[in-house]
Amino acid sequence: MRRTLLTGNAAAAWGARLAQVDYVPSFPITPQTEIIERIGVWAESGEMEVRAVTVESEHAMITAAAAAAATGVRVFSATSSQGLLYAMEMLYAVAGWRAPFVLVNVSRGVATPVTLGSDHDDVFAARDSGFLQLHCATVQEVLDTVLIAYRLGEDPRVRLPVLVNLDGFYLSFTREPVWIPDADAVAGFLPSFDPENVRFRASEPISQAVAVLGGGAYSYFRYEMHLAAEQALTVYDEIADAFESALGRRHPAVETYRSDDAEVVFFMVGSFATKARAAVDRLRDAGIAVGLVRPRLLRPYPLSALRRALAHVRGVAVIDQNLSLGKGGVLHTELCSALYGQREAPVIASFIGGLGGRDIADEEFYEISAVTRKAAAEGSAPAPRLLYRESELREVRKLQRVARVERDELASGRKP
Amino acid sequence: MYRIRLHGRGGQGIKTAGRILGSAFFAEGFEVQDAPRYGAERRGAPLFATVRAARQPIAERGEILQPDLVVLADETLAAVPAAGVLAGVDARTVMLINSSESPDTWRARLALGGSVHTLPPATSDRAGERLLGAVCAGAAARCVGVIPRESLAAAIREEVLVMGPGVVEATLERALWAFDCLAAQAGCVAEGRLEAAADWKPPDWIELPFEDARISAPHIHAAGTSVEVRTGVWRTFRPELRSELCHHCHWICSTFCPDGVITADTGGTPVIDYDYCKGCLVCVAVCPHHAMEAVPERGGEAAA
Repeated sequence: MRRTLLTGNAAAAWGARLAQVDYVPSFPITPQTEIIERIGVWAESGEMEVRAVTVESEHAMITAAAAAAATGVRVFSATSSQGLLYAMEMLYAVAGWRAPFVLVNVSRGVATPVTLGSDHDDVFAARDSGFLQLHCATVQEVLDTVLIAYRLGEDPRVRLPVLVNLDGFYLSFTREPVWIPDADAVAGFLPSFDPENVRFRASEPISQAVAVLGGGAYSYFRYEMHLAAEQALTVYDEIADAFESALGRRHPAVETYRSDDAEVVFFMVGSFATKARAAVDRLRDAGIAVGLVRPRLLRPYPLSALRRALAHVRGVAVIDQNLSLGKGGVLHTELCSALYGQREAPVIASFIGGLGGRDIADEEFYEISAVTRKAAAEGSAPAPRLLYRESELREVRKLQRVARVERDELASGRKP
Repeated sequence: MYRIRLHGRGGQGIKTAGRILGSAFFAEGFEVQDAPRYGAERRGAPLFATVRAARQPIAERGEILQPDLVVLADETLAAVPAAGVLAGVDARTVMLINSSESPDTWRARLALGGSVHTLPPATSDRAGERLLGAVCAGAAARCVGVIPRESLAAAIREEVLVMGPGVVEATLERALWAFDCLAAQAGCVAEGRLEAAADWKPPDWIELPFEDARISAPHIHAAGTSVEVRTGVWRTFRPELRSELCHHCHWICSTFCPDGVITADTGGTPVIDYDYCKGCLVCVAVCPHHAMEAVPERGGEAAA
C-alpha cells in the first residue's frame, strides 16, 4: 500500500485496475476523458490485462458494457453529462438484464446552456433507472467506492449495475493524497466475479432479458428490481464492514460528522460535503452546534439510517446541487418524504447551490446555518433559497445588455 | 494552510507548475490538494491552478478566495476581468509577477497593498514560453520557504517524466534557476488563516426575479456576434511576415490558417488580422520560404 497524489479521474482508473476488469468500452467526454485515457495507457503497456475499446457513442457504450457483463466478465465504463443522457434509454434497458457492471459518472451540468462545470442534474436523471447510485466526497473515496460498487452489484441478492459519481473539476481534476491498496489486499476484499447464471455465450443460445406481454409479468420483474435495490442497503452495510477489515477505511451508507449533539445539520451529497465539514469545524469553534449528514447512497435510499441520523436535530439545511425544474431540489423533496409524519421531525430548509460548477463560499455555509437555526427556532421552514449573489446577477445583466442591442435591432425591423 | 493560486494561459505550463508545487509539498510531509481550473481547453486561453498545503488533512476545496500567494505568469491577464487574478488579494497576499516592469509599477497599477516581486525574466523564445510554469514553480517554492531545493527537483522529475528526459532537464534548469534567483524572498509567504465563523460578513444573496422568456432565454438574435470576441488577446506568439522573403504565393498561408485571418492584398502579399489571430503559428510551419516568423507578444520584440 502506498500513499500518493491522485486526481479523482486517476483514482477511478485505479479502481478499475485494482478490480481487474476485463472489458472497458468507452467514449470520450470532458471531464471524464482522463479516466479512459489512463486505462488506455495501462492496456497498451500491459499493466492492465484488459480489452479497452472506443465505441461510436455512449448509447452503444452502455449496450456493449451490459452485453459483455451478460457473459459474466467484469466490465467498467465511464461517462459524463450529455453522454449519460444520451445513454439513458440503455441505462433503463440494461438494468433489467440483471448483469452487473460499474459505470463512473463525472458529474457536469447539462445543456442548455452548455457548461463544463459540475452539478448533479446529469446523474440524478438516472435516479430511477435501476442503476444503484453512490456519491463520492473525496478522491480516496472514488477509488474505494469503485471497489465497493463491484462487490455490491455482483452480490447475488443485488445483481444490478452501479453508478459511481464523482464531481467534475472538484474531484475529477483535483489531486489529493490517496492510499493505493496492494492488489493482494483488494483480492481479499473483492474476489473475481462468480457469475453463476450470468453466462451468455456465442453458439449457446439462451433468452436473456425477454419481452413480456401483460402487466402482471412486467410488474413482477420490475418490482423484483426494486426489492433487489432495497436489499442492497443490507448488503452495503456488510460490504462496508468487510471493506474496513480488509482495507482499513470505513465508508458507511450515511456519513455523520459532529451531528450527534448538533442543533442543525447540513445535508448534501458529493465533494462539496467536505467544504461543509470545514464549515462545521469553524462554526463549532464559534460555539454553534452544527453537524453534517451525508448519504453516500442515493439509490438505494438509506431511509432508516437517515431517520436515525436526523432523529435528534431541530433543523436540516438541505443543499441541492441539482434542480428539478418546476419542483426544486431533489434531495430536499426526498428527505421531506422520508421524514414526513415522523415524531418531532426537524424543520427542513431547502438551498439550491453549486449549479454548473458554482462554488459555495464559507460565509454561505455560515449563513445557511444561521437561516436554518432561525427556522428551527420558529418551527417553520423558509422558502427555498437559490444561492445567488448580487454580483452574479450584475454579470448576467452585463451580458444581457450586449444581447439587448441585437434584440432591439431586430424589433425595429433593421437587419443586424 | 498555504493557499496558492497560479495564473497563466494554456500552453505556459501552469497546470504542471501546480502539480510540481503540490508534489514538493507532499514530499515534505504536507497534506496537499492541487487542481487546475480551465474553461476552454485551448492554448492561450486563461486558466489558473490552485495549491493548498497544510499539516492537517484538508477539507476545503474549490476556488481559493483568500490567497497567501498569487503567481502571475502572464501579465496581460491582469487586465482580463474573467481571469480573476486579483480575486481576494489583500495586504497580506504576496504577488509574484512575470514582468519586466518593476514591483513598484505593479503595486501602483493594481493598487496593491501587499508585497510584490517580479519573476526573473524568461527567455523570449517558444521553448521559454512553455517553461514559464517551471519558473513559477521554482519561484513559488522559494517564497513559501518550506520546500528545499532537492525536493523541488525531485517533484519536477516525478511530474515531468512523462514528457521526456529533455523536458525534465529544461524544467529543472529553469525552476532551480528561479529558485536561486529568489533567495532574498525565501519564506516571504506566510501560512494564512481564514476568518473565524464568529465574525463573517453575510453573503449578498438576492432573490432572482422572474423574467419572461423574451428576456431570460439564452438567445442572441443576431449573426456574426463572434466578431466582438477578439481572440487575438489569447496570443502568446504572433506570426510576422518578413516581406523580403515572401514569394507572394499567398494561398498557402491563407488556406492553412484555421481561423481565416490571413488575406492577401492586390499584390499577393499576406495580411494578418491580429484582432483574431490566436497565434497558433500554423502559417509559420507551412510557409515554404520561411517568410513567417514567430515573435513573442511580450519582451519588446513584437511590433505594436
